[in-house]
Amino acid sequence: MALASETNAPVVSPVAAWSERLLGQLPEPSGDLAAVQRRGRSALELLPLPRRHQEDWRFTDLSALTALTPSWSETSGEVPADLPAVAAGTLRLWLDGRGDPLAGVALPPGLAPLSSAELGQALGHTLAAVGCEHHWPVEFNHATAGRCLALRVSGRETIRLELVSAASGREAVLPLRLLLLVEEKAELELTQVLLGSGASLTSVVLEAHLGRKARLHHGLVALGEAPACLLAHLAVEQEPESRYQLTSASRGWALSRLEPRISQVSGAAHTQLEGLQLAQEHQVADTHTWMRFDGPDGTLDQLHKAIADGHGRSVFNGAVRVPRAAQRTNAAQLSRNLLLSNLARIDTKPELEIVADDVRCAHGATVSRLQLDELFYLQSRGIGADLAARLLKRGFCAEVLQALPAAASVWRPLDRLLQEGSPLLAPEQRP
Amino acid sequence: MIRPDAELLLQIVDLHARVEDQPILKGVNLEIRSGEIHAVMGRNGSGKSTLSKVLAGHPSYRVTGGTVHFRGENLLDLDPEQRARIGVFLGFQYPVEIPGVSNLEFLRVATNARRLERGEEELDTFAFEDLVTERLKVVQMDPAFLERSVNEGFSGGEKKRNEILQMALLEPVVAILDETDSGLDIDALRIVAGGVNHLASADNATLLITHYQRLLDVITPDFVHVMAAGRILRTGGKELALELEERGYDWVDAELAAIEGAEAPRTPMEVA
Repeated sequence: MALASETNAPVVSPVAAWSERLLGQLPEPSGDLAAVQRRGRSALELLPLPRRHQEDWRFTDLSALTALTPSWSETSGEVPADLPAVAAGTLRLWLDGRGDPLAGVALPPGLAPLSSAELGQALGHTLAAVGCEHHWPVEFNHATAGRCLALRVSGRETIRLELVSAASGREAVLPLRLLLLVEEKAELELTQVLLGSGASLTSVVLEAHLGRKARLHHGLVALGEAPACLLAHLAVEQEPESRYQLTSASRGWALSRLEPRISQVSGAAHTQLEGLQLAQEHQVADTHTWMRFDGPDGTLDQLHKAIADGHGRSVFNGAVRVPRAAQRTNAAQLSRNLLLSNLARIDTKPELEIVADDVRCAHGATVSRLQLDELFYLQSRGIGADLAARLLKRGFCAEVLQALPAAASVWRPLDRLLQEGSPLLAPEQRP
Repeated sequence: MIRPDAELLLQIVDLHARVEDQPILKGVNLEIRSGEIHAVMGRNGSGKSTLSKVLAGHPSYRVTGGTVHFRGENLLDLDPEQRARIGVFLGFQYPVEIPGVSNLEFLRVATNARRLERGEEELDTFAFEDLVTERLKVVQMDPAFLERSVNEGFSGGEKKRNEILQMALLEPVVAILDETDSGLDIDALRIVAGGVNHLASADNATLLITHYQRLLDVITPDFVHVMAAGRILRTGGKELALELEERGYDWVDAELAAIEGAEAPRTPMEVA
């Protein structure tokens, strides 16, 4: 039905206009990313916005994105004063998608920016390795991002880094390009906080390369407020014996699309993915994960949770590729969903492609209401039905949130995730 | 402790209830006075667990007839949470695991809901910790269980101790313990029963739902009721439990058949 209406409507011109309008406003390509920007802009001119007839976007209503009028403006570059105090031992960088986040910042030992030459060599490598360099959201980021935060992590000390950004109607488009090289045996705890409000679009493209025995614990807390939209591609390459853990939580965006794409380049690494998304009101929350084992003995442990309430729509697609080379892969994927309204919708789909014969790949999906027995148990202890439901929702979310890096706790993710209103305001300041 | 002049706490009259469209309770009559310990025994499927859930207000059970009064108030009119607040407690046969909800927080919210109903002040985190530390002794429970999610990963025995801990905190007027002995080894049974005995007083009453005599070796009931086919078939003292233990439940079947035969001399089976 949606297809028919899209086909009948004069789609080409508004979509072209959507990109063209923005492209006309962007500053001239310059700096390290000039060539990438030029390529991205050429690509956007030819590439239509994703459409529902594309398999990857089948369940994802993009009207929130097309309703935005993308525009470009410079920002003041000022860091808001009301951010919570950063956790001890953690370096906070403020990203506004324009200025240099490292300006005036002393980096701790073990953390260093890449040179232009190194950046030129590494940029785009991981995107290509996980096959998403021509995805529309990636090309959009190519076209708009004028800067890449590119860091090398080395040494034996765990580096704790927090990256914060906030898009508002003023920024309208906030492109974030990140490149992380985590060297052999190095460890990084990355907490990425994405705030979005107003008619804005946050575009994230992150590439991370994990050397042998490297560890990256990646927390992503994405707190939006419709009509703000979020598109994020997280591309990761893992060398053997490395460990990548992504813990993500999102809520509130009119549309959020999260695409973690991971390749274990020679297998024998460990990948752990924990995701939580909330879709309320008319929000669309979409996570498409893609995992490929390009060698034997790799492991994946994945839990994706979603709550859909109101008219919200939650989409999860979990692709796992196990080619012939990936013998003795051990992968487990579980999608658990709470459907709290008759008007909400949940689409969840594992997508396993297994060629190797000696593998263990488990997957499962559940969609349920709040459990009657759990509610009754709480009620039978004098806890009112509303509070009981809230406790159960908190419990459902806590399982994922407790896996976030410790530095994320200053953001009080559980409180912020479960409450209405502006994500920028601290909970205690709310009426 | 039987005192005929003690306050009548729970009065069940001709109670009928269904789950889905299946009638389970078919006319239960029971009176429980302050200070008394009652045991309801019966086979699986006799309706004894249903009785406990109906009293606590489980939404899957529909009362189709009869009345239940708690201290003169119509219990069936109240939501489950309100029943708990005024002092009706159900100890679950299978306590529910609730991942992500802290046991300590759960116990505090529950305790405060009951305290508010009794006109007492809510306890803050610190005051509650003092209280819970004291009550933990009743069930000899490791304080580490407070930090975990409600019942999550608890063994069968730990779950039952957690139930009795809740009872110790909520100080119910009528405690209904549904198969509290099931799944317990003998040590855990002693601890759980010790907790129940400790909490039983002249001002409250206990209704034990059990399948076996062994619980009644450690908690002495004032009344034993034998339940079958959704009604209480016979009531006696603790010797009735011993008789069941000795003779089994076969005589119950015979008695039941006699009653049902008298009620419906021609069942379809006989006609066929």
